[in-house]
Amino acid sequence: MKFAVVVFPGSNCDHDAYHAARHVLGQEAVFVWHKDTSLQGADAVVLPGGFAHGDYLRTGAIARFSPIMPEVKRFADAGGPVLGICNGFQVLLEAGLLPGAMLRNRSVKFQCEHVIVKVEQTDTPFTSACRPGQLLRIPIAHGEGNYYAEPDVVARLEQNRQVIFRYASVDGAATADANPNGSVNNIAGLCSDRRNVVGLMPHPERACELAVGSADGLVVLESVVKSVGHGAFAAAR
Amino acid sequence: MTATDEVLHRHGLTREEYQRILEMLGREPTITELGIFSVMWSEHCSYKSSRVHLKTLPTTGKRVLQGPGENAGAVDIGDGYAAVFKIESHNHPSFIEPYQGAATGVGGIIRDIFTMGARPIALLNSLRFGPLEDPLVRRTFAGVVAGIAGYGNSIGIPTVGGEIAFDESYTGNPLVNVFCLGISKADEIIKGVASGAGNAVYYVGSKTGRDGIHGATMASAEFDEKSAEKRPAVQVGDPFMEKLLLEACLEVMQTDALIGIQDMGAAGLTCSTCEMGSRGGAGVEIDVAAVPQRESGMTPYEIMLSESQERMLLVVKSGREAEVERIFEKWDLHAVHIGQVTTDGRMRVKDHGTVVADIPTAALTDEAPVYKRPMATPAYLAEAQQLSLGSLDAPPPVAEALRRLLASPGIASKRWVYRQYDHMVRTNTLVFPGMGAGVVRVKETGRALALSVDGNGRFVYLDPFHGAQLAVAEAARNVACAGATPIGATNCLNFGNPEKADIMWQFARAVEGIGAACRALDIPITGGNVSLYNETDGKGVLPTPVLGVVGVIEQADTVVRRTFRGDGDAIVLLGDSYDELGGSEYLKVIHGLVKGVPPKLDLTGESALQRVLVKGIAGGLIRSAHDCAEGGLAVTLAECCFDTPFGAVADLAAVDASVVAFAEVAALFGESASRVIVSVDRSRTAELETLATEADVPVAVIGRVGGNRLRVAIAGRQVLDEAVADLERIWANAIGHHFESQRAIA
Repeated sequence: MKFAVVVFPGSNCDHDAYHAARHVLGQEAVFVWHKDTSLQGADAVVLPGGFAHGDYLRTGAIARFSPIMPEVKRFADAGGPVLGICNGFQVLLEAGLLPGAMLRNRSVKFQCEHVIVKVEQTDTPFTSACRPGQLLRIPIAHGEGNYYAEPDVVARLEQNRQVIFRYASVDGAATADANPNGSVNNIAGLCSDRRNVVGLMPHPERACELAVGSADGLVVLESVVKSVGHGAFAAAR
Repeated sequence: MTATDEVLHRHGLTREEYQRILEMLGREPTITELGIFSVMWSEHCSYKSSRVHLKTLPTTGKRVLQGPGENAGAVDIGDGYAAVFKIESHNHPSFIEPYQGAATGVGGIIRDIFTMGARPIALLNSLRFGPLEDPLVRRTFAGVVAGIAGYGNSIGIPTVGGEIAFDESYTGNPLVNVFCLGISKADEIIKGVASGAGNAVYYVGSKTGRDGIHGATMASAEFDEKSAEKRPAVQVGDPFMEKLLLEACLEVMQTDALIGIQDMGAAGLTCSTCEMGSRGGAGVEIDVAAVPQRESGMTPYEIMLSESQERMLLVVKSGREAEVERIFEKWDLHAVHIGQVTTDGRMRVKDHGTVVADIPTAALTDEAPVYKRPMATPAYLAEAQQLSLGSLDAPPPVAEALRRLLASPGIASKRWVYRQYDHMVRTNTLVFPGMGAGVVRVKETGRALALSVDGNGRFVYLDPFHGAQLAVAEAARNVACAGATPIGATNCLNFGNPEKADIMWQFARAVEGIGAACRALDIPITGGNVSLYNETDGKGVLPTPVLGVVGVIEQADTVVRRTFRGDGDAIVLLGDSYDELGGSEYLKVIHGLVKGVPPKLDLTGESALQRVLVKGIAGGLIRSAHDCAEGGLAVTLAECCFDTPFGAVADLAAVDASVVAFAEVAALFGESASRVIVSVDRSRTAELETLATEADVPVAVIGRVGGNRLRVAIAGRQVLDEAVADLERIWANAIGHHFESQRAIA
């Protein structure tokens, strides 16, 4: 399958996503410049981490105006799998593809460390290869990852099983101690109503090889390879 | 213009130097010219006090692709690739404005690396502060860390390691030294030259503002109580602009349209223009009216001296301009044609066509003043080297001493700091901060690079020659502990006012020490930076040379860390221990003393030790390795247990406990050089003993990994028996405790 990795001028995890897809998973991957308007026939889109336009305003606030974004939105509306990682998640929030917003971390500091996230739902293209409740040890690296939404929105997300990843302790409990940034309900990642757009703050692409500390994140990318292989999203291309 | 004493003083020029300017120009300088001379002849840019000494350093070797004199040095790392690296200080700006001072220090060194055509892949830093009990120091500390994080994280270059030490002498003058390493193809290194008459000179990046005017001159003067007023001389960083410049410049370098490129760091447009011209044996003519300006009404003087960040100067082949402009436009950058290369070897600055400066480039670079400043042995030295243990208070129980050392911020875990640094981006980091030298893999070759920055100001204060040798040895030993062969070094020399004879003596002796150690260990110095005038109100910092060493690991997957790996593994000490406490962390923390002589160092033995480490690690024999440094064997053993489920049982049998109480202290906390704690599978201890013995490296099996306590005996007598978890809690939380219950500092 073919991954499109969107490159905003301040993306800095674009190479990491590309490396994981291309060299670790052995799939096809292309970089798509944010000023382009074509996703080059990709089967899945990754909005990578970084600081899309410096993010001196709100994270991701300018990226949603990039020329590629209408095409990403069209792809998502057609049911195509879209993964937003870290800054990519923030961009999805700003673009209205996922609900809610990010506040500064509770610590008021940038935090880079491994955390544990629990896979809450497996019926998305990015968790289809996971076991329900599977615990993944993957890193976070952000200053604004404190997910917030109005209580009614959060209630709806929970009710519709749209919370896909939750920060958890080693035994899988969503405790306050396990929550690195203050996110409401320990939310680490979400999916859209149609479940094909997924955003998460932790970096699965940084956890695809044991040599760099963990390979737990690989299953996220393997999931979409599996889903696409089943022909689930051919209509989106 | 005729310069009054007051004008010369403001420009940091002496009357003699002014006289020299008159002779070189054959006339009086314009005010713009005076400003240009002022920054180019400042200590920061001209190295006028240090140059005669730096020339003695070894700078060549079979792997050296680029020695000192360019934006950064480069060494061959195999398979056609080069590591391009350098360390630089941003001490003075970081004291005045910690966040921006540190952030722009990171920005500056990153530009030095990508200017050479290399993609930056790793950052490290070496920091010095006063005691954290001081609220002003906490503010500086938190600001510097946040500034480094803010810049490096945003641009996406991982900060993979570093070191931090604390001493009262740094209270009013912190040290912020930043190291950056990049990778390029060995035959694609780009240089900062201007050549080929008629080729276009381009300016790209941020607009020029009034910020940072005379930054280089500021960095060449001592601080006093008025320093806070110098805030306008500190620049503000824009990491997003730098990210654009980085990507766009690397893309331009993929074409062959570029002749040379240099960043505008200290002394801004002035320095980049005349250095590029001088290196290429050419002249450069620019018109400041074409320079993009942030504010209206800027004078040529201000434009030439501005140190606004994130600006580059390029020389582009005639006829290829459009191609280069197109690449910058892709990145929303506007490259502006501001002048051209000439043949006359002069730097000519115009303002709307009128010449406002016309100076031979050589006068500003190669012919800048060089001083052999007077030197004298410092008066403090003889007394400071005397250490009479008998006159000290009775030592506290060793368990208490160990706890106090683990809580000392110089030894304690730096997690509070490195958690704020993105140390994983680019997915090359094999060894995370706090686990040993920083190690990044080179995906293209299957090798890895180990990086360490080290320096011990106390040792250098007590014996500059020796202390500087110890810094080289420690940095090299740290990369060897990861399994890497050291192949190159860069240095950052932080000293006080060179116009004082005793400071100059410290400097000269330290440089001699670095040279001697680098020669003995076969590690060439490929560049670096000198930061003098690190003084506040006439009091200098501890003389602090910091060495950054780069090593190559032939197979990335053989790398090891400081941490024990297996229950029952044998704990082996490589290297000899002596009755040495001079300059130790123990003396400082427990007795408040910086006294005695630093540990002795046998460079032949050091070299042999490092070879044994590299060989033993490459062959999978050595499973963990940790250099024995601050806090001695007791702290080192504890650190080998931290971040593992294991404890350790050890006996330092070699020490005769029947002598004075301090012999026990020296055994546990002494900092004898060239010692490493390694662990090996119990069935393979004999192999390691053979390997070490054949290399004449002292080797002793001192214990085994196991349990959950740290148990240390001396010749059968138990002296320590502590729960590792208790010790680890102290070590892990010590720095954070200083910031708890306080509001976050922006």
